[in-house]
Amino acid sequence: MSLLRVEGMSHFFGGLRAVHDVSLAIEPGRLHGLIGPNGAGKTTIFNLITGVYIPTGGRVLFGGEEITGLPPHRIAARGLGRTFQDLKLWRHMTVLDHVRMARYATIGYGLFGAFFSTPRRKREEEEIEAQARRLLAMFDIEGLAGQLVTNLPYGVQRRVEMARALALEPKLLLLDEPTVGMTPEELNQMMELIRRINDEFGVAILLIEHRLKMVMELCDRVSVLVFGEVIAEGSPAEIRGDPRVIEAYLGRDAVAA
Amino acid sequence: MRAISPITPPAGKRPLRCRIFDPFRETPLLAWLFGAGLAVLLEHLLGESFAALVGLAKVPVLFGLMIILSKPLLFPGALLYVAVIYLLPLVTVALLLARPANTAAAALLRLGPAVSVLFHLALFYAVLHFWAEISGYREMTVKFTLIAVLLTLSLNLINGYMGEFSCSHPGFMALGAYGASIFSLSLFVNDPLFGKALLPAFLGPWLFPLGLVGGGLLAALGALLIAIPSFKTRGDYLAIISLAFLFIVKSLLENLPFVGGPRGMGSQPDYASLPVVFAWTAMGVWIMNNYVRSTLGRSLNAIRDDEAAAEAMSVNTRHTKMTAFMFAAFWAGVAGGLFAHMMRFINPATFGVQRLAEMLAMVYFGGLNSVYGSIVGAVSLNLLGEVLRPLELFKWIFIPLLLILVMIFRPTGLLAFRDFDAVRLVQPRSRDRQGGAP
Repeated sequence: MSLLRVEGMSHFFGGLRAVHDVSLAIEPGRLHGLIGPNGAGKTTIFNLITGVYIPTGGRVLFGGEEITGLPPHRIAARGLGRTFQDLKLWRHMTVLDHVRMARYATIGYGLFGAFFSTPRRKREEEEIEAQARRLLAMFDIEGLAGQLVTNLPYGVQRRVEMARALALEPKLLLLDEPTVGMTPEELNQMMELIRRINDEFGVAILLIEHRLKMVMELCDRVSVLVFGEVIAEGSPAEIRGDPRVIEAYLGRDAVAA
Repeated sequence: MRAISPITPPAGKRPLRCRIFDPFRETPLLAWLFGAGLAVLLEHLLGESFAALVGLAKVPVLFGLMIILSKPLLFPGALLYVAVIYLLPLVTVALLLARPANTAAAALLRLGPAVSVLFHLALFYAVLHFWAEISGYREMTVKFTLIAVLLTLSLNLINGYMGEFSCSHPGFMALGAYGASIFSLSLFVNDPLFGKALLPAFLGPWLFPLGLVGGGLLAALGALLIAIPSFKTRGDYLAIISLAFLFIVKSLLENLPFVGGPRGMGSQPDYASLPVVFAWTAMGVWIMNNYVRSTLGRSLNAIRDDEAAAEAMSVNTRHTKMTAFMFAAFWAGVAGGLFAHMMRFINPATFGVQRLAEMLAMVYFGGLNSVYGSIVGAVSLNLLGEVLRPLELFKWIFIPLLLILVMIFRPTGLLAFRDFDAVRLVQPRSRDRQGGAP
């Protein structure tokens, strides 16, 4: 059974057809790439899956259950983590607090515990912090736990965002262009990191990426999105040779030549 | 972090602030409290005669702040009084008793952090009580300030921690004040509005907490009415809706003959004594501080800094915003109830835009997103209000000017982003225990 199934999903912004009849299936523990030119609707698809927008048509199933129309926080709590293209970090919060925050849905002490600092709250907060520190250690940023994120270099901020998404203990992680604006060295580190997350946590990953080289190296399967429609899906090798994909990326002349 | 060795500049060139405070680095809070206690004792014994000696008619009520503008010639005398009666014993004790106080603080902490914190709090209250005892005006100012701390901190939850802009705090305060007043006037007093007392008067002070909580819940209910439409969508709706709410509450109260209309309600029983106000303020600060330090409460910051990311990290943003808003309103209501029983008279005009301006000034002056800042803001603006009292209405030119200066030089306020760690506050401070940074 697929972990995530998108069936015939469409979305309109007013009269603009942003996404049309998109179907995707992501298997547990796999790395799936989503590529396509600018404005093809890749980020919109992420927002539709995670509940930021409600699809105009079609369904989204996660772990066999329908999640279409649920609010984003409920979808996140079910184990669907994501990162953002434009690094949505909280500028007045420390690195440690970022990672702790993703445990929000698991908190059991409730408002009473929050107000009166009960023993149960202390125990839970200690567990949350210990888990957060373990994650930070895996990302080699445990020394920065008390720092505000705004003081950190860009590559490290990316790591914080990923650690935060992993603190949800997701089954599926949606990564929206995690390497945008990175130096070649940072890019290699990020590829290594994505591979490690996939291996060690057993998390399935849906990756939006512009750089074909990276997608071809990392992903098990690739979907190609053009003008809101999936025009091709297959293994990286199949995609590389597909004339429709080459046409979408390079233009008709390049195919003819 | 540890690898960087601290670079200490030569002693002569260190900033003045460091050189002044250096000798006190090992002084724990306990020693400061002892020092303050001695100062208060000294004032009780020698205050009157020393005041006469430096040419003052009576003991300066608030460190001589009130005569700066009205009788500036007397101010040097008041300054001398403050130096001899307050500062001298305070500094002496802080220096001499640092060592034994550290031992005592460590022993207290071994009994349990809660014991230590409560002990410090009791000691602080004792000092405050004896200090306030000297004049009725002092006691009044202390109570006002304590209530202002509750109001400022609860408003800071919304405007600072959550980053929305709420204008309805005086409205919540009014709901609490009226709720608690109706409770005590109808139950324990023969009142022209509510008829004969229903319960014997001696029960009043014991059931007063129920009245306060009832008033707080009424305010929270009002907050729910605002929260439902305002937090449905994102944007500046809250500011507008809450401002409207403030006016609705005010004109509603003005037009309800049942609660006295524009003339208001008077002769509430005198339940808000200094220990009662202090206990409620301490409890409010404790609970609100607990809340903002928990992961649940921190989610307010996440919502403020990026709501979409908070949602994506499983934070139920709508629920969190509504709870926090009602929670803040509850404490504004409690503060209102205390206020009503302290002034023993309330009318709708008390809870207008001017009160809102005062509260906002305290929040933004003290510092956003900060428990310390709220306390500092409330205390300093209340004292400043006393200094500027001779100017009457013109003080509303000075306070905004000051606020503008703070906004220019410290845009987030004096002490922004500081939580309160009571246990750390009462820790012993000897050097071998921890290498405290200067």
